[in-house]
Amino acid sequence: MVTSGDSSQPFNWTVDEYGSTFLREMRDHKKLVGIKCPKCGKVYVPPRPVCGQCYVGMNEIVPVSDEGEIYVFTIVHFGFVDPNTGVQRPVPHGYAFIKLDGADTCLTHFLDSVDPVKVKVGARVKAVFEPKRTGSMMDIKHFKVL
Amino acid sequence: MGKRVAVVGYGQTYQRSSRKDVNGVELINEAVRVALADAELTIKDIDAIVIGNMDHFEGINYVDMWSAEGSGAVMKPVMKVTTGGTTGTSVAMCAYYHVASGMFDKVLAIGWEKNSESDTTGAIITAFHPVWERPNLGGAVAGLAIEASKYMHDYGATEKDGARVAVRERLHALNNPYAHLHQEWMKGIPPDQLVDLIVGSEQNQLLAYPLRMSDMCPRTDGAAAVIFAVEGKAEKIAPIPAWVQATANRHNFVYAGDVDMARNTTIAEASQAVFRKAGIKEPLKQIDVCELYLPYSYAGLKWIEDIGFCGYGEGPRLLWDGVTDMDGEMPINPSGGVMSSNAIGATALIRVGEGALQVMGRAGARQVNRKVNLAFCSGFGGCYWADIMLLGRKKPA
Repeated sequence: MVTSGDSSQPFNWTVDEYGSTFLREMRDHKKLVGIKCPKCGKVYVPPRPVCGQCYVGMNEIVPVSDEGEIYVFTIVHFGFVDPNTGVQRPVPHGYAFIKLDGADTCLTHFLDSVDPVKVKVGARVKAVFEPKRTGSMMDIKHFKVL
Repeated sequence: MGKRVAVVGYGQTYQRSSRKDVNGVELINEAVRVALADAELTIKDIDAIVIGNMDHFEGINYVDMWSAEGSGAVMKPVMKVTTGGTTGTSVAMCAYYHVASGMFDKVLAIGWEKNSESDTTGAIITAFHPVWERPNLGGAVAGLAIEASKYMHDYGATEKDGARVAVRERLHALNNPYAHLHQEWMKGIPPDQLVDLIVGSEQNQLLAYPLRMSDMCPRTDGAAAVIFAVEGKAEKIAPIPAWVQATANRHNFVYAGDVDMARNTTIAEASQAVFRKAGIKEPLKQIDVCELYLPYSYAGLKWIEDIGFCGYGEGPRLLWDGVTDMDGEMPINPSGGVMSSNAIGATALIRVGEGALQVMGRAGARQVNRKVNLAFCSGFGGCYWADIMLLGRKKPA
């Protein structure tokens, strides 16, 4: 079940088996996992059942680090209502594609910093987990810029 | 091999920030009537209709159904196509396929959007994966700003380079009465001075670093309609039909984080496919004019490299040398482009319509100063995917 802050949505979305593994590992053990393509060796995060490039099935879950680097980023300054919650997103806030160590694709998430000196392509980051986790992407509060 | 097909008529509404005087159906009807008049046809001559917008933007659905009286689709074959920012080019491609198949002679393609009736950022966020992406995505502005951060990092492009693209688009828009943004104050000021003014302006607020207000497209209300006709009919309808030389599209990833922001691989591959089909070896020399879906400034640097107009990192040089200005070697966006008007579902179809006008020599004050043998039109959407349609004066081989 996906919840949206204090509000709820009349939807339930099914994630595939490997996506479920990802969410469960994050919720129960604060561990992040990916899935490895048997053909090209690429590690996808979040894990999914098929490598689109090779069009082959994947089933090898591999651990990835909760640390990585900023691949691309922005500092969002314009205010808008988050359609998930109906509440305005805080401004400014940092948003990045994060390449976790051991992964070949990026995880999209918030950053803890909006400092233009610290927030850069290539900067090291580490996941900060929420103390109470529910099995959603927001079990990661944000990534701390190291 | 399909039938040869040409664009024979084009109509668009004036692109404006808010068209409270009409509803969506009336807006669509305005563009359709202009296109039919342009081709000297009536709705009876149209065999089928393809229509598209981003219907969840306006919180509606089944636009093919409820717009039938405006689009002219009553008791005709009609099909809706919705592919994000590329909707307009996808509508064009679908209409082209209808005609090229030999099953329809004359097909009307329609794209439209009433952004004034939408929550564009919220709608874009909900287009993404509800579990993995929606919780933190920042709409189109943030989604484009991240690409700019990578291009600036990798190639040392500056804010001034981005602003040079914005200046070109807004100067060109001054020649286009249909464009949404008409920044009259820019008239008569040289581009390099305009760049300094824009970069130095405190009013030019930061939206999402590195993108400021001047770097982004507006939100627009507007509609466009393009008529495609089959060989044998096309020559009778238009004095100079704009023949479809080739078309291609490429999609790529599953989730946003899969996109390799280093290069725009979808526009690169779609362009290469079109160049192969049309026998183009030197794009910069052989193409006379471009109408590119550039939703923000830095795309006008990076994506022209990916299309193959220059090498990686050379985009800024092309801009500063004036190569892409109206009087340059290869003008880009004589219409003022997406950064001057962005009625999203219409936007990519406007690229096709404007490219056709250039081939036909009927673009008025925004007509380039040469005979246009080839016009390269692109669509960009969803998430870094690309449509290309190449139009030309000669019938394709």
